[in-house]
Amino acid sequence: MSKNNHTEVIYGLYNDEEDLLRAVKLAKKDHLEIYDVYTPFPVHGLDPILGLEESRLHQAGFIYGALGTLTAFLGMSWVFTKDWPNIFGGKPYWSVPAFIPITFELTVLFAAVGMTVTFYVINGLGPGVVNNHLDDRITDDKFCIAFDKSAVNSDKAEAFFSTTGAEEVNSKTI
Amino acid sequence: MSAVVSPIRKPLITGNKTYHQITEDLISPTEKTPTKEWVIGFVLSVAVLTYGVFCILWTIWVGIGSWNLNRTINWSWDITNFVWWIGIGHAGTLISAILLLFRQKWRTGVNRAAEAMTIFAVMCAGLFPLIHMGRIWLAMFIMPYPNTRGPLWPNFNSPLLWDVFAISTYLTVSLLFWYTGLVPDFATVRDRAKGLRRKIYNTLSFGWTGSAKHWQRWESLSLVLAGLSTPLVLSVHTIVSFDFATSVIPGWHTTIFPPYFVAGAIFSGFAMVLTLMIITRKLLHLEDYITVEHIESMNKVILLTGTIVGVAYLTELFIAWYSGYVYEQFAFFNRALGPYWWSYFGMMFCNVISPQFFWKKSWRRNITLTFFLSILVNIGMWFERFVIIATTLARDYLPSSWSLYSPSWVEIGIYIGTFGLFFTCFLIFVRVAPVVAVAEIKSILKSAGDQYVGDNATHKHHHHDADHGSSHTDHH
Repeated sequence: MSKNNHTEVIYGLYNDEEDLLRAVKLAKKDHLEIYDVYTPFPVHGLDPILGLEESRLHQAGFIYGALGTLTAFLGMSWVFTKDWPNIFGGKPYWSVPAFIPITFELTVLFAAVGMTVTFYVINGLGPGVVNNHLDDRITDDKFCIAFDKSAVNSDKAEAFFSTTGAEEVNSKTI
Repeated sequence: MSAVVSPIRKPLITGNKTYHQITEDLISPTEKTPTKEWVIGFVLSVAVLTYGVFCILWTIWVGIGSWNLNRTINWSWDITNFVWWIGIGHAGTLISAILLLFRQKWRTGVNRAAEAMTIFAVMCAGLFPLIHMGRIWLAMFIMPYPNTRGPLWPNFNSPLLWDVFAISTYLTVSLLFWYTGLVPDFATVRDRAKGLRRKIYNTLSFGWTGSAKHWQRWESLSLVLAGLSTPLVLSVHTIVSFDFATSVIPGWHTTIFPPYFVAGAIFSGFAMVLTLMIITRKLLHLEDYITVEHIESMNKVILLTGTIVGVAYLTELFIAWYSGYVYEQFAFFNRALGPYWWSYFGMMFCNVISPQFFWKKSWRRNITLTFFLSILVNIGMWFERFVIIATTLARDYLPSSWSLYSPSWVEIGIYIGTFGLFFTCFLIFVRVAPVVAVAEIKSILKSAGDQYVGDNATHKHHHHDADHGSSHTDHH
């Protein structure tokens, strides 16, 4: 995550997610504050060790969905009882069962679009965004732990990386 | 670390792959110059698409009179093709969403391509109702917005308008789901590229970094989108079937339509996925990722849905007879033995009889047979829609209005043109994006790679013992 534009980090690259998980556990035990962890795919079991709280994205999704339900149902109700009351096939103006399909579709539409947009906005991702990433191999086969140099000094970090079996240790400003 | 894997599970990734090898295998097709087969396919698809565009323009210029519809048969090839393409789109969402909820790991090999197929198929489908309007420049009238025409609103009680909402929602949600899955893989392509290509893929990858928090949200988003897409995909074909089921035409107004249409849609969709993936895996050398296990699993779905469709056909016949309602009875008598008897028997043979071959395991795993049957199923499902639509309309209540129908060159051209659109899009997709989901394949490697599971596994117990302590934190 690019929390600000100039963070000096020291990072180690691991070859396997098992090594990464063991290293993250050790870092937590030694009270080394991890800046971020980067992986080529979602590593299961990482979030609880890293202490990440569960994402609240699905709660946002629920709110967007509810908004869609209300928009569709109240919208159609208003159109057919107030703005443009019409009789179709002898049915009442306010023919609720006929509103169900569109209400459902708009619920799904609002929830999906709202959540996806929220996902990109809170992650700081989007078309044209350039994030300085640490190493090109992180999207291939390397698993990376990064420390902020202002929080963890370089000697300590290097010692940590060598005991946990990091294959490579580098520094970079991101 | 990997979840407990049953010893009877067969590997889904063969060839003793490493993470890096997976990247190599799946990304390199986008980096090489196109093969001769691809160029020939692309030129051919664009040519067919061009002819289709010409026929569409002809329809718009001359009018719907250039089609062979008449007052009795006012829906025919157009709506047949619409329903057929929408049905084909259903497998993508089924594979990516429903199988994700059911934790079926074999979906990972085919989900990306199947989702792409969904999007292209829905685009082809959407064309037909639009041009069938006749005055396509008034197409925005179907969207509800405050206007100076009255105010005049679309009829929210009409299944045709439900369709507008269902299909546009389906297209949007499928697109979001597909693209969100592609973002990390575009980042992988970016990180291997240089110069302008790197810039383009950086834009496509939205600046993805692979941060743990991003992955967590990405998984949360994928899961909820899957949860939303599951009822959505069922609702789309249900609503398509309402176009018929809410009418008063014998042979159409049956309550069996929604489940019967959904099963048929999944059936035809899987057939199309098989047709395409059998060719793609061969041409892009993806046999290690789309294995015979994948093909067998899809054939099981074809067998199941084909049999459901078969039961639905027989139920329709039984209910028509049992209802004692002469118009209904005549509708089915006419379908089977009327002037279009050949399409009814084509449908019965391709949809009900042909999938029954898949009861035999060795035939389910036979790629040549699967390819041949998958094409038969697609033909059969086209016949099904033609039987329901044109055959039924040809013989209505009033014998003096009975009519016959055969398509004009314009209608045939538009239908062929949609294949051009579909394959042009698919071939572009194959060039610019990894056809198999790279990050997702990596995430199942340790539970589905042939070095970890199956008869030739070399790492069988290693990972389990090494990290026993953390298995309870596993997210499965």
